[in-house]
Amino acid sequence: MIKPVYSKGKLAAKTGNEVMAEAMRQIEPDVVAAYPITPATEIVQIFSQFVADGKVKTEFVAVESEHSAMSATLAASAAGARAMTGTSSQGLCLMWEMLNIAAGLRLPVVMAEVNRAISAPLNIHGDQSDAMGARDTGWIQIYSENSQEAYDNMIQAIRIAEKAKLPAMVTTDGFIISHCMEVVETYPDEDVKKFIGEYKPERYLLDTKKPYTMGSIELQDYYFEHRWQLAQAMRDAKKIAVDVAADFAKTFGRQYDLYEKYKLDDAEIAIVVIGSTAGTTKVVVDNLREKGIKAGLLKVRVFRPFPVEEIAKDLAKVKAIAVLDRADSCSGAFAPLYSDVASALFANGITSPKVVNYVYGLGGREIAPNHIAEVYDDLGKIAAGTQKASAEVNYINVRIK
Amino acid sequence: MANLKELSKNPEKVTGGHRLCAGCGAGIVIRQAMIAAGNTPVVTVSATGCMEVSTTIYPFSTWKNSFFHSAFENAAATASGIESAYKSLKKQGKIGEDFRFIVFGGDGGTYDIGLQSLSGAMERGHRILYICYNNEAYMNTGIQRSSATPKGADTTTAPAGKVKQGKEQNKKDLTQIMVAHNIPYVAQSYMGNWNDFITKVQKALAIDGPSFINILTPCRLGWNYKPEETMNIGRLAMETCLWPAYEIENGVYTITAFPKEKKPVAEFLKPQARFKHLFKPENAPMLEAIQKEVDLRWEVLQRRAELGKEKKIA
Repeated sequence: MIKPVYSKGKLAAKTGNEVMAEAMRQIEPDVVAAYPITPATEIVQIFSQFVADGKVKTEFVAVESEHSAMSATLAASAAGARAMTGTSSQGLCLMWEMLNIAAGLRLPVVMAEVNRAISAPLNIHGDQSDAMGARDTGWIQIYSENSQEAYDNMIQAIRIAEKAKLPAMVTTDGFIISHCMEVVETYPDEDVKKFIGEYKPERYLLDTKKPYTMGSIELQDYYFEHRWQLAQAMRDAKKIAVDVAADFAKTFGRQYDLYEKYKLDDAEIAIVVIGSTAGTTKVVVDNLREKGIKAGLLKVRVFRPFPVEEIAKDLAKVKAIAVLDRADSCSGAFAPLYSDVASALFANGITSPKVVNYVYGLGGREIAPNHIAEVYDDLGKIAAGTQKASAEVNYINVRIK
Repeated sequence: MANLKELSKNPEKVTGGHRLCAGCGAGIVIRQAMIAAGNTPVVTVSATGCMEVSTTIYPFSTWKNSFFHSAFENAAATASGIESAYKSLKKQGKIGEDFRFIVFGGDGGTYDIGLQSLSGAMERGHRILYICYNNEAYMNTGIQRSSATPKGADTTTAPAGKVKQGKEQNKKDLTQIMVAHNIPYVAQSYMGNWNDFITKVQKALAIDGPSFINILTPCRLGWNYKPEETMNIGRLAMETCLWPAYEIENGVYTITAFPKEKKPVAEFLKPQARFKHLFKPENAPMLEAIQKEVDLRWEVLQRRAELGKEKKIA
């Protein structure tokens, strides 16, 4: 029997999309501008019903495209509103120009992002190519393993974004989380509202006392400084995310960090992964532990900002590491998460672990415990020195040639 | 009609010292529009373009009111977001003042890349005034053809050459596209008649809904004429009936300025070097065709306005 962690918490069976919409209802932003796209449509649909039923004070703008969704959302934020949106895949691709601008203008927009494959070929199922394609746009990125995390992450993202003056996206794996029903604990409206607090921007367009120009052209003399400030804000956001998580734990009882270590402290072999696959991996880790194999897991939650020093420190003693990416890079080099993990290790002088890259699950391709067990099997051999650590990208469960 | 004495009491929201070209029409458009807004607080939104880059070079700004720019193709969507934030905050009692929202976009940002965003915002009924300062080409990037460029004009991407005589296609009639959105107020205006334009801006701002004004805005660089001729060329567009001044209020057409005597279209084209090649003897049929087209459209507009008088279209 599952029990609430928070004394006033309420348990109910909900899908990922339902809890993200529920979080948005409780956050009750001033403006939501959004456009439908599978598998994120429900979030906007459910939220529209809240608006229609007078359950929120939000102005809902049913825009004619995702480009306009992000344009209207960031402009509402510039005007002084707490503004949110939601999207997926092609929608995020269409927003790409505006993602950079939201960050560049330092607007704390929060977005529910349901991870889905990108075209072509057209595919509506879950992988992380969409958000990974936007990984360096200046958005904080928080990934969720399940619906509970999606809900908790949405609430925390508001505080993190507004403190960091950076936009933030909270993601769930398309269908796997967005459409899967799980027992989720939600907290009372007033407690969520108290936790996020009121939005009080320093400068905003609708301030008659201090009108100002936002979105200027900046040339060789100022542009660089402002872009440096943006990059620095992302570095500083790491501590903010940790602090907000600490306050969240104090308030609601659930512990979060930049990443989760699962039986990692004494692990000889470990997988680094993002999102729902972490849940599957935990099952495999437990099975291996029962057999006496020292397997562990590092699940990245806050991918942007990337916890460079922390991850390097926690992986330093692992003999062999597999980084599993649910997105390829088409760069001729490695997939995104691997590249960041490998550079984090190398930059911190940690060169003893063997680190290999696996790409899996594109377009919703199944990733089952046996696939993950095979990766640990490879890692065991690499750690024992009986198998060479591959210097190429490895692919799981795909017909090659 | 607007009253000059009254207008002179209105604050200047657009200060001098911007970096637009001498004789630039856009600078006059923004100044007049902002004077028209009077004492009401305004948030100005702009598409990327000449006006935007010349008035907001960091850390300076021409704008005494709040001004927002984010990208090229999304000025209307951007204004939707600001207007929605205003509605929300006003409803919650977080803002006391009344605001108005004026969007400026060139023809590139309005007719072409921003058309979807504009159409969406107009259909959704946001209370915003969108003013297209239409100089009939992408002037900020160096005079490239747009869908507002008239047939026969010389631009850098549809140049007049040995075998081609400038742009080969007709310009799009965006004013009519806006009329087809069934919004409360659509107008066309021209330069060289401050009263026509300012009156329209004031009318538009008083309407509780979306409005659109298309003002033909001479560009001395792209149209290639002497900078001091801006107002004269603007007036010639109306006097030749090539760019009539009219408005559509809730479906009813009214012509707001008539020429004393309808002038030949060549008088508008001649001072502009972008049409120079049309005056070669072998291009006489092109000139004739342009005149015919102008005559036909003027005739159609007059008939619509007649119907408007009878209130048959409402």
